[in-house]
Amino acid sequence: MSIRLSGVGLTHANGQAALSAIDLQVNPGERLAIIGPSGAGKTSLLRLLATALQPSAGQLELLGQTPWSLPTRARQRLRARIGLIHQAPPLPPRQRVVTSVLAGKLGQWSLARGLLNLLHPLDIPGAREALARLDLADKLFQRCDQLSGGQLQRIGIARVLYQAPELILADEPVSAMDPVLAGHTLGVLNDEASQRGMTLLASLHAVDLALAHFPRIIGIREGRILFDLPPAQISQAQLDALYANEQLQPLPSSPSPAPLCIQIPRC
Amino acid sequence: MLKPDHHDPAALPRLLLTLLALLLLWPGLHLSELNPAVLLEPNNAANMGGFLADFWPPAHDREFLALLGRATLETLAIATAGMALALLIALPASLLASRALSLSAIHRGGRPAGWARLARWPVRGLLIVLRSVPEIVWALLFVRAVGLGPTAGVLAIAITYAGMLGKVYGEIFESQDPRPSHALQAAGSGRLLAFAYGVLPSASAEMLSYTVYRWECAIRASVIMGFVGAGGLGQQIDLSMRMFAGGEVASMLLTFLALVLLADQISRLLRTRLL
Repeated sequence: MSIRLSGVGLTHANGQAALSAIDLQVNPGERLAIIGPSGAGKTSLLRLLATALQPSAGQLELLGQTPWSLPTRARQRLRARIGLIHQAPPLPPRQRVVTSVLAGKLGQWSLARGLLNLLHPLDIPGAREALARLDLADKLFQRCDQLSGGQLQRIGIARVLYQAPELILADEPVSAMDPVLAGHTLGVLNDEASQRGMTLLASLHAVDLALAHFPRIIGIREGRILFDLPPAQISQAQLDALYANEQLQPLPSSPSPAPLCIQIPRC
Repeated sequence: MLKPDHHDPAALPRLLLTLLALLLLWPGLHLSELNPAVLLEPNNAANMGGFLADFWPPAHDREFLALLGRATLETLAIATAGMALALLIALPASLLASRALSLSAIHRGGRPAGWARLARWPVRGLLIVLRSVPEIVWALLFVRAVGLGPTAGVLAIAITYAGMLGKVYGEIFESQDPRPSHALQAAGSGRLLAFAYGVLPSASAEMLSYTVYRWECAIRASVIMGFVGAGGLGQQIDLSMRMFAGGEVASMLLTFLALVLLADQISRLLRTRLL
């Protein structure tokens, strides 16, 4: 079992509940998309699975281990087997692309090897290969601040591919790319995951991309799982219910009615 | 009439802070007995004028220039050796004192666990002790221990500047974007590697410019310490002043100006070329 969550809840420090009563089981090699409205808890769920957040309730099991009962060193070893693709990849602007990609394996390298790699990149072919899968091999020796948002997102994906984890978590991995490139990149990510037998969980804003690329879809709303189905069984009504938003004010229609004045008395 | 849209919640605290700062500055003026009018009294002005008139022309005979050259090199050596020793203490201490390397901060929203915050205090305390005693006091202490000469100056600079560099490096690390290093630590990497790959690329420019600036300060400090017998240009200035040789003092001040200009140019060169 890659992931086993039972009754997991997450409450932020300000007392706001981000996730509640999440039950989820994912087998090795499965590929899931997580969809849902903004603020539904998609990122919180992924950060929870990346052990960047500690659940405040329930049981969390990753790759057969319970991360929060492990000692720190063992937890770092478990973290090296999980790769998180960030929506805005946290890369230092002055770092070169080759260093950023090779940093994916820092969890598996010794300290000496990591420091040596700063002086001279130790695995240029490996970095070039990971970048080539995303059509960025020519950017190998450029600095990260010379790249666009979409290119940076692909560097982030290349880093995780180079890390070669058993579980890939992707938080809006294609949000800064145009639709064609986004579809292509998701295809690459899915190909790599299924070829290497990696488990893949990706949160996506674009419902059509999720339905087209992933065999299992999870809908999240207000911190709860609304549905967990293969794409063929998801109805339009379910999608409408997932994204329904009562708080939005309807746009003013062109022949606006006489403005309504409400006087609120102040004490 | 109240207009809620125009209300800035930060306005009142800002105003109060400004008033507080002014309130604290006022007694400072009185306590330091600052009175610029003293400078303009005819007696004082004439004294200063006479002292300054001796400065022209700067001394430039061959024998004096050789002496000046040796003293300048000694000053540079004191400052550089002192900085090198200070870096040896400051770099590890700043890593230990900084919150930027906390593993427990990752899943606690950037705040390290309570015991981890306590563990950083001894190092912070050490850095505070090192820099709270002025370098000239250290120099007086070491002059007694190792005798007159540059060694005392080097040790005094090493100790005081280790405290300053350690504190500022630690703060530079903490002021960088923590997300790159947190992301690396959350992918299993150790603290030191996460620091080298996540923090150092952004922090290095600021560290470099601060280090070169401190080197410039060390040159100045080594001159002042020369007055208590710790070698270098300062010792020569002290001797020349006692002999009322204004020309020699002027030459040494010009050398001094050149050294600071040199430090400034080195800093600029390093920042534009290497980074």
